[in-house]
Amino acid sequence: MEHIVIIGNGISGVTAARHIRKLSDKKITIISAETKYFFSRTALMYVYMGHMKFEHTKPYEDWFWKKNRIDLKSEFVKTINHDSNELVFSTGEKMSYDTLILAVGSQPNKFGWPGQDLDGVQGLYFKQDLDKLELYAPNNKICKRAVIVGGGLIGIELAEMLRTRDIPVTFLIREDSFWDIVLPEGESNMINRHIKNHHIDLKLGSNLKEILSDENGKVKAVVVADTGEIIPCDLVGLTAGVSPNISFLKDSRIELGIGIKVNRFLETNIKDVYAIGDCAEQQEPAGNHKPIEAVWYTGRMMGETIAQTICGNRIEYKPGHWYNSAKFLDIEYQTYGWVHGNIGRPDYEAHFHWKHQDDTKCITIAYHKDTREFLGINNFGVRMRHEVFDRWLTEKRSVDYVIDHLSEANFDPEFYKKHESEIRYAFNNQPITV
Amino acid sequence: MSTVQRNMSLTGQAPVALSNSQKTATVVGIAGLIIILLAGFNIDFPYKGTWLTSALLAITISIIWFAKESYSNKLEGIRNEGVWFKSISNRGYIGWITGIALTGFYIILYFYAEYLGLNTKGENTGVISFFDPLSKILSGNPASQWFVYGTLYTIAIFAFGIKFIWKYRNNRYEVIRTFSVMFFQTGFAFIIPELMARLNNDSFNLPYYDLKNIWPLNFSNFEQYRVDDFISAGDIGLALLLFGVITIFIITPILTYKFGKRWYCSWVCGCGGLAETAGDSFRQLSDKSLNAWKLERWLVHSVLVFVIIMTTAVIYTYLGYDPSKYWLTKGVFLSGVASLLTLVFAGIWFFKREELKKDARYGAIGYLIIILVFIGLHFSTGNNIFIFEAETLRKSYGFFIGAIFSGVVGTGFYPIFGNRVWCRFGCPMAAILGIQQRLFSKFRITTNGGQCISCGNCSTYCEMGIDVRAYAQKGENIVRASCVGCGICSAVCPRGVLKLENGPLENRIDSNEILLGNDVDLMEFVNNK
Repeated sequence: MEHIVIIGNGISGVTAARHIRKLSDKKITIISAETKYFFSRTALMYVYMGHMKFEHTKPYEDWFWKKNRIDLKSEFVKTINHDSNELVFSTGEKMSYDTLILAVGSQPNKFGWPGQDLDGVQGLYFKQDLDKLELYAPNNKICKRAVIVGGGLIGIELAEMLRTRDIPVTFLIREDSFWDIVLPEGESNMINRHIKNHHIDLKLGSNLKEILSDENGKVKAVVVADTGEIIPCDLVGLTAGVSPNISFLKDSRIELGIGIKVNRFLETNIKDVYAIGDCAEQQEPAGNHKPIEAVWYTGRMMGETIAQTICGNRIEYKPGHWYNSAKFLDIEYQTYGWVHGNIGRPDYEAHFHWKHQDDTKCITIAYHKDTREFLGINNFGVRMRHEVFDRWLTEKRSVDYVIDHLSEANFDPEFYKKHESEIRYAFNNQPITV
Repeated sequence: MSTVQRNMSLTGQAPVALSNSQKTATVVGIAGLIIILLAGFNIDFPYKGTWLTSALLAITISIIWFAKESYSNKLEGIRNEGVWFKSISNRGYIGWITGIALTGFYIILYFYAEYLGLNTKGENTGVISFFDPLSKILSGNPASQWFVYGTLYTIAIFAFGIKFIWKYRNNRYEVIRTFSVMFFQTGFAFIIPELMARLNNDSFNLPYYDLKNIWPLNFSNFEQYRVDDFISAGDIGLALLLFGVITIFIITPILTYKFGKRWYCSWVCGCGGLAETAGDSFRQLSDKSLNAWKLERWLVHSVLVFVIIMTTAVIYTYLGYDPSKYWLTKGVFLSGVASLLTLVFAGIWFFKREELKKDARYGAIGYLIIILVFIGLHFSTGNNIFIFEAETLRKSYGFFIGAIFSGVVGTGFYPIFGNRVWCRFGCPMAAILGIQQRLFSKFRITTNGGQCISCGNCSTYCEMGIDVRAYAQKGENIVRASCVGCGICSAVCPRGVLKLENGPLENRIDSNEILLGNDVDLMEFVNNK
């Protein structure tokens, strides 16, 4: 029987396994050194915050895998002998495969900062990072201050987590405004204010110079570049993005770039070896997509797609309209289509921005300034329907149509105050700019 | 674990210790309880009314003050921080002590009310008589143990309701819903029935009637003494009796069709009201496993069958044989029950058979046969239908379901099994509403396309033990018999994936293999085959 081996039990590997099982009777093995059972990585923060226990992050009960004949193997893969279709584990044990899916995910970026490998310096990605956090930052007695370096989605989550245990947090962000490489100015500024409302010491335009050690090899303080300010701390969170976790493939003949190079069919240069999820680097990304998209949803979509290919229906990975979501402390964020921040914004992309007076809700609608075609929307603190925006993007609706029909897309809970008329009024009374 | 906080805080952010205000609030509340306890030891208070008022006010103020200290200084949002670190809310020892204390209270209330001062031969003493001043203001009569219970119950819903509103003040659905349960408890369950008792005199005697307490939750509504009272009370009594019948057979199906069972379970019902307010701190303790769901389906529907048989038997015993005396004879009544059940069964079988799982089909057929055989016995043997005496059935139901299940286990075990044990596993009203909601209702929890990240907040905080995530991560709407529509899954979702709504029946359940966001051709290919 054909043996499909999947390295990595994150969302992409597990989605692939589930769909292959639905479509076929092949033997399936998932290998992971992180945890035996699949858990939701995005939910790790809630375990530290005490919203959930780790067991609650597991989307399937433990009997699920045996019932669906998906074998789970707790091993660390050291090398891949793709000539003999064989994996070698760190224990020396070997396992042969017919088809190999690499779903090995990412690891936190480290940019060669002095002191970046000290005790108490960590990212927030693996289950093990959570255990480290309990060790170095269980409360504000042991961790008197934490410094977080890198203002993206993981950084703000880590800040939120630490604040729930009353640990003072300094948040060093290279950019002049939070996540402004992705978020338009109005949104980014609103989040800056929200971060400060949560008593987080936000330092914009600040770079890390080095991390200082105490006599035991544990972090003592950080030094800020330019100003030379020394901030004493007991924990440093490195959250300046993630990159593919591919160092174990260096000696293989699998073609690597930043990630594992794949074509539109998610095939690597080696036959019967595929890569999906965070670690896959598209050689020719579709549309506005980036070569690597380390997002839960893209991992899941690649898993759905690869299962088709492996089960005889060879298809390209061709994601539909872009969407994503996050939560910045108490403010939820959803995006549909493309709304650019400071980077990569096409000339034709015009924005309409509306912000609620309570400073926790806003939307930005992107449209083509000549054709008025609707391009995308960011919502903060307002929930919108995925299905409706997906349809409007497909139908290439105009921005005027979207503004007029915005209530159809509202997804806020019942009895919530509606903002559509205020938004329409603001849109129709914009100062005219040429 | 080093992170466990050994304190009593019920709130979000895990504090190192209670703040001074919270400690003072706790002392005030305990003082109120001690006054009631002292009354229990027959300490004779002068100015009883003043002492009673002080005790009740102390308890109420304590809870509200504690909640204010917990939430008013925090930004609006989901504040579940530290829930699993706290002994009270993670089945720690404070949780167990609270559970045992509550259970003990229910055992005394139901079975040893003499310790509360119940005196069958003369005037009540102890705690019960301590509540006389309030009872006399409302109904004009001395208090009973049920009045004591009702008062404390109402205070719990009122004070913890305010706590709940503070906690979820960012969410208007939760705020409005909580005002609703507070209103129905205070007005309909507590004050109106007491005032109605004032109307009673020697020639006119309405039974105690909480109008929103619908049969079969109110399993004794059609017992002989109540029906006699209703009938003897003339037009008003008849109207109320009729109202009891209309609520379950007409009003309930219509409202459940339009809004789902939430109109009752989390907006009106007293049991639900207590669970949503005082029980909110324990919602995460419900069992989400598939096995628990299986147990739930058999148990709750068995209780429903039990209450139908019991009620039928009870009504049967006081009806006559002679149609010339009264048109509703034993025979007519039993035929009516049999026809109605058969009709309901046939309707479901004809329209909705495809939606029933195998065990649901077996269960439905099995239970229908059992009931019909019981009824058939009447016509074949001529009189005594049920193998059991109706009185035995009624007593067993009252004991096992009414007292043990709904009271001792249902509420006493809040800190152990979560706050909706009774509603989920035992309530026959929830079973009826659940069947209607699952098969004939516009209500669903809509999943927002492909936005779910499987984090599990929704499942963790579902008090009914529904694995909400299992649906959401498939892009499937949640249509479950047990869902009481509390809205907390939607509130705690960090990605805005869930929305409770009443929508068209078409595509109410839409399971997709491939989620929205992927290649449209692939979605077509897989989802439409």
